[in-house]
Amino acid sequence: MHKIFIRSLVSSLVFLFTLTVSAVAKDVKAAFVYIGPTGDHGWTYQHDVGRKAVEAAGFKTTYVEGVPESADAERVLRQLANSGHDVIFTTSFGYMNPTNKVAKEFPNVKFEHATGYKREHPNVSTYAARFYEGRTILGTIAGSMTKSNVIGYVASFPIPEVIRGINSFTLAAQKVNPNIKTKIVWAFTWYDPGKEAEAAKALIDQGADIIAQHTDSTAIVQIAEKAGIFAFGQASDMDKFAPKAVLTSVENNWGPYYVDRVKAVANGTWNQKDTWHGIGDGMVVISDLDSAIPADVRAKVNQLEKDLASGKVHSFTGPIYDQKGNLMVAEGKTADDGMLAGMMTYVKGVEGDIPK
Amino acid sequence: MNLIKIIKRDQPSRTIFFLTPVLAIFLTLVAGGLIFYILGFKPFEALKFFFIVPIADMYGFSELLLKATPLCLIAIGLSFCFKSNNWNIGAEGQLTFGAIVSGGVALLFYNQEGFYILPIVILAGAIGGMLYASIPAILKTYFNTNEILVSLMLVYVSKLILDYLVVGPWSNPEGFNFPETRQFSDSARLPLLAEGLRIHAGIFLALAAVVISWFIFYKTYLGFQMKVSGFSLKTAKYAGYKGKKMIILVFLISGACAGLAGVGEITGPIGQLHREVSPDYGFTAIIVAFLGRLNPVGIIFASLVVAITYLGAETAQIFMQIPKYTGQVFQGMILFFLLASDYLLFFKIKFIGSKK
Repeated sequence: MHKIFIRSLVSSLVFLFTLTVSAVAKDVKAAFVYIGPTGDHGWTYQHDVGRKAVEAAGFKTTYVEGVPESADAERVLRQLANSGHDVIFTTSFGYMNPTNKVAKEFPNVKFEHATGYKREHPNVSTYAARFYEGRTILGTIAGSMTKSNVIGYVASFPIPEVIRGINSFTLAAQKVNPNIKTKIVWAFTWYDPGKEAEAAKALIDQGADIIAQHTDSTAIVQIAEKAGIFAFGQASDMDKFAPKAVLTSVENNWGPYYVDRVKAVANGTWNQKDTWHGIGDGMVVISDLDSAIPADVRAKVNQLEKDLASGKVHSFTGPIYDQKGNLMVAEGKTADDGMLAGMMTYVKGVEGDIPK
Repeated sequence: MNLIKIIKRDQPSRTIFFLTPVLAIFLTLVAGGLIFYILGFKPFEALKFFFIVPIADMYGFSELLLKATPLCLIAIGLSFCFKSNNWNIGAEGQLTFGAIVSGGVALLFYNQEGFYILPIVILAGAIGGMLYASIPAILKTYFNTNEILVSLMLVYVSKLILDYLVVGPWSNPEGFNFPETRQFSDSARLPLLAEGLRIHAGIFLALAAVVISWFIFYKTYLGFQMKVSGFSLKTAKYAGYKGKKMIILVFLISGACAGLAGVGEITGPIGQLHREVSPDYGFTAIIVAFLGRLNPVGIIFASLVVAITYLGAETAQIFMQIPKYTGQVFQGMILFFLLASDYLLFFKIKFIGSKK
């Protein structure tokens, strides 16, 4: 009897303790810093969807939108760190240096920087998504459906992230249709509906009948809709902006990661990490396929999505040649993360040069 | 039966001239409170978070000064142009080009330390701004072009040059091709005024500009020439002033000030060149110049008022979830009410008791 009593006492104490701990844990506050407006229906919009998932998990959140990457970013970060936030997600590359600077001053606050590479202090983690896996799917669809064999691609900045996407897209398209060419227009912006629309028009003039984009606005899919050609959505499901043109979109799904990391802060298990998740971890999601996609392509794409998720297929499997015909990845090999992170050459089949 | 009578003034009123900015700010507060109320926020609480909380402590106040410094500097420069009927709308471009030139010089010394570096970097920025401002000035004086259009269009040119440089030739070789340069060496950075704060020696440049411009405006022949040209170009011509020389001079002064503001940003809080050197200070400074009545002392106050709309917008979003873009609404309202209340300069409103 005595033992049982002690045991139940202990277990009820443990129970009480967990209760208090979880009550404390719920007090964790997360902050999000956005480059654009939450209504951009692209990059920032998707991060805000992720933030709402954190709210739904029972945590308090704050966000500041439209924070320029100028000297202002540092002030916003410091103010958030100073006003009781336990973890701060900085969701644009340009926040990298301010994030690390402010992290040094607030060792008890956790910082999570999207798409960067600097983790100068133990309280800074970085995270990014393997969007190129999604682009393998888009390339497969584009290669199967193009009639002009010219595929347009509106690119933002010549950084490895974007080059990788172009390459992954082109390789996949070539696999189903060796005759295709990918034409690139550099918009030199992440979000500028005017410039993006101009870029899309230029590509249509050059004979592109399908356009992919690595910029965030819905301008391109809308231009495609008007021109009666196909396009792919970026960051969020853009189908509702161009129901006929959009074949599918590559969605950025940050919610699971955000919830995970905020919970880790609450449980005291947060540690510094460099996360790079793809389709398999659910950070990259393919939207519903449009009915314009033929059944055989649809079946192929569904299988490909499964194989990319399981790791059976890798977007960069050799043999891969660059534009000049030099071997980049040998047959049977796959590109490692180091090579992907520094990728600055086009593969064969991409037209033009990378702006230098 | 008229209760209100509007009478034209014989002469614009001096008192009203300096009172209207105050009236404009007051009306902005009232209208702002009303907007907050309509949006469903408590107006007084919102205004408190907007205008008082951000500067309630030493750090906040230092951030206000940091933000006001470039605005004040540029507005002082612009007042030289505006006083003399030269409509330089391109301070943002002159700022950007100044930042490019001084940043280029700072990058030359990226791995060197020495007391001589900072003065060269600062001088380079002023020269860069002057060079860039000389384009609309020369085109105006010798080819009779419209300086509003030329200076405005050159803003976009300067941003494209900056884009090109930070993406291409000047990008950090260790930076994975991201659009940013190396960090400047400490010798190329403006010294901080206090440990832990971001306010830097650039504020002395702004204060010097205030004193010098006051002296020029009110104590020199050039100031008098500017004033006469501002009232009537014909009179200036009749008086025998060499118009061309003065036009070029005021543009050069204006460009130098904008260039120095650019230097302050990149060698102060930012410490490198990247795509977003300024959150459109060059345009906002136009509001500051007019709110300050093109008077150096007035401009100090005006730059503080406008600076707080930036800070307040962040605070209001963090603590009350008010959309951050309301900051820009406030800036627009200030200008709107200022222009509207200028009506009172020329007209008197008389209240008349109703007669039976």
